[in-house]
Amino acid sequence: MTATPTLELRGVDKSFGPVQVLHDVGFRAHAGEVTALVGDNGAGKSTLVKCIGGIHPFDSGDYLFEGRPVQVHSPREAAALGVEIVYQDLALCDNLDIVQNMFLGRERRSGLILDEATMEEMAAETLAGLSVRTVTSVRQRVSSLSGGQRQTVAIAKAVLWNSKLVVLDEPTAALGVAQTAQVLELVRRLADNGLTVVLISHNLNDVFAVSDRIAVLHLGRTAAQVRTGDVTHAQVVELITAGRSGDLGPATTNGATT
Amino acid sequence: MTTATDRDRPQPRPARRPPAPGLRDTAHGYVRRLRGGELGALPAVLGLVVLCVVFAVLRPVFLSHLNFANLLTQGAGSIAIAMGLVFVLLLGEIDLSAGFASGVCAAVLAVLLTDQGWPWYGAVLAAVVTGMVIGLVLGVLVARVGIPSFVVTLAAFLAFQGIVLMLLKEGTNISIHDPVILAVANGNLSPALGWVLLAVGTAGYALVQVRQAAHRRRRGLTAAPPTLIAVRIGALAVPGTVAVYLLNEERSRNVLVDSLRGVPLVVPLIAALVVLGTFVLRRTAYGLHLYAVGGNPEAARRAGINVPAIRISAFVICSSLAAVGGVIAASRGNSVDPNTGGSNVLLLAVGAAVIGGTSLFGGRGRVVDAVLGGMVVAVIQNGMGLMGYSSGVKYAVTGSVLLIAAGVDAASRHRAVRR
Repeated sequence: MTATPTLELRGVDKSFGPVQVLHDVGFRAHAGEVTALVGDNGAGKSTLVKCIGGIHPFDSGDYLFEGRPVQVHSPREAAALGVEIVYQDLALCDNLDIVQNMFLGRERRSGLILDEATMEEMAAETLAGLSVRTVTSVRQRVSSLSGGQRQTVAIAKAVLWNSKLVVLDEPTAALGVAQTAQVLELVRRLADNGLTVVLISHNLNDVFAVSDRIAVLHLGRTAAQVRTGDVTHAQVVELITAGRSGDLGPATTNGATT
Repeated sequence: MTTATDRDRPQPRPARRPPAPGLRDTAHGYVRRLRGGELGALPAVLGLVVLCVVFAVLRPVFLSHLNFANLLTQGAGSIAIAMGLVFVLLLGEIDLSAGFASGVCAAVLAVLLTDQGWPWYGAVLAAVVTGMVIGLVLGVLVARVGIPSFVVTLAAFLAFQGIVLMLLKEGTNISIHDPVILAVANGNLSPALGWVLLAVGTAGYALVQVRQAAHRRRRGLTAAPPTLIAVRIGALAVPGTVAVYLLNEERSRNVLVDSLRGVPLVVPLIAALVVLGTFVLRRTAYGLHLYAVGGNPEAARRAGINVPAIRISAFVICSSLAAVGGVIAASRGNSVDPNTGGSNVLLLAVGAAVIGGTSLFGGRGRVVDAVLGGMVVAVIQNGMGLMGYSSGVKYAVTGSVLLIAAGVDAASRHRAVRR
């Protein structure tokens, strides 16, 4: 086991006005692993992700990246660390092609002119490195792609920039069975390539299929962070709904019995 | 410590070599895009051909040399304004004030030339700067203050009409006598220069195409097959040769009085604007960002693009090109009056951009669309005039064509969304 997690959060809190969304949350994600982040609606998953991505700052607590405490105040600062977030709504431009989308805002140029050849090569190499075979041409418009292919492009865009930590927010929520399998395979491959992957999902089948660890949030607190092999489906459901399951979960939770 | 420069260098990965496509694949790809609702310039080109054939059959004078030259100079002003509108339409915005913005710029030009006695270059520069300032104000109101562009430019439409009246002292007509300005819409290139410019333009286009394909092939990327490049060059060279040949014929009614031959000066002027605009949209990061903002502003914002700045810049470009249109209009009319840039100028320009294939929903359009659509509009106006129809009928027909073009745009977008 690697000693230092890529991302470690210790005791983070986050409030929006009078509403405290995150209470003393701890979270770790290691390189080469898929860490699933699960929890019911309103458990604080999205807030946690936005804080990791620099959209909101944490109110208190430690944000450690590769063991060093860091301050992340903007998406740009997160990107500079190597943190890329693939949001649920993808944010691709339908009227642009795959290469243009992958390099949007960070185009390669030679002088005034866009260096199309280099960008196309790099995009093709990144997709090939992820063993993506479903996309026939990197010059296809995104509007002509299926949901799974769009998700693939969004993920490839995130890994193009030597990112270290990739957070995927519900990547399979809108996909069919076959496309879900393809995207999950891609998620697994990212981790196998040495990246740190955080997967947010409502679908426990997906979580058990690809993750190495599962972190459960319950009402803004960390209910448990366990190895996927050590728990059953039923135990995770219980952690999500009740916040504890047998000897798993915070000891301070009162009145929870199995 | 990870720095930004480290992260800009992607990891080396094994390259994948795609197979080179043939002409057949290119044609298949084109058909697939058409089916997907991306009609591009096809309706405009087809419409142009059909209209020309119909008018040529009904009124043979339509094909005369004089009329052909007329057609080009008639359309030039609207085409310049339409090219600017393409930039604004790309963002899904509209500029209803472009017509009177060109009127204001023309009035500035006329006042400076005659009352103030400025040299032509100073007056033209002042007209274009006026256009830029107008665009800046409109752009800031839309992008920073957040007023819908429809309302901002509708208000400006009215206000500019008033400014033209004020500049022209309540409606006097200022005649223009400067020979250079008059030559813009009325002068012709010498026949030899017409051929030279065509040759240089075609050779330049061919060189760019061939070099680009060779560069891509050397890098192992899919490149346009040689036959396709030949077809593209032919599509420029053949109509160009025919046009220059026809325009170099004598079209004066009485050769003894006055010789009238050669390519009108506005043609190379418009061509230069098309090349410049196409370069900006297709080859620069700025152009790509315009398309991105038009396609999905949220995605553009998350990609770190300064969306308000892009919006403002599009309005600046639009009003600047409107100023060019104003100079052309002033030259063609030999004067500036309160109606310069008024009446149907704006609608013809919007029609030109949309008929050429620029989407009203943003994200799709090319500068050359404005030229193709502008020619369709000019042919309708000119041909129906020759047929003896009244202005009323011409307006009604042009309006219907605009509506049809917008309908095609909406239908193709619907089709693309549904897939």
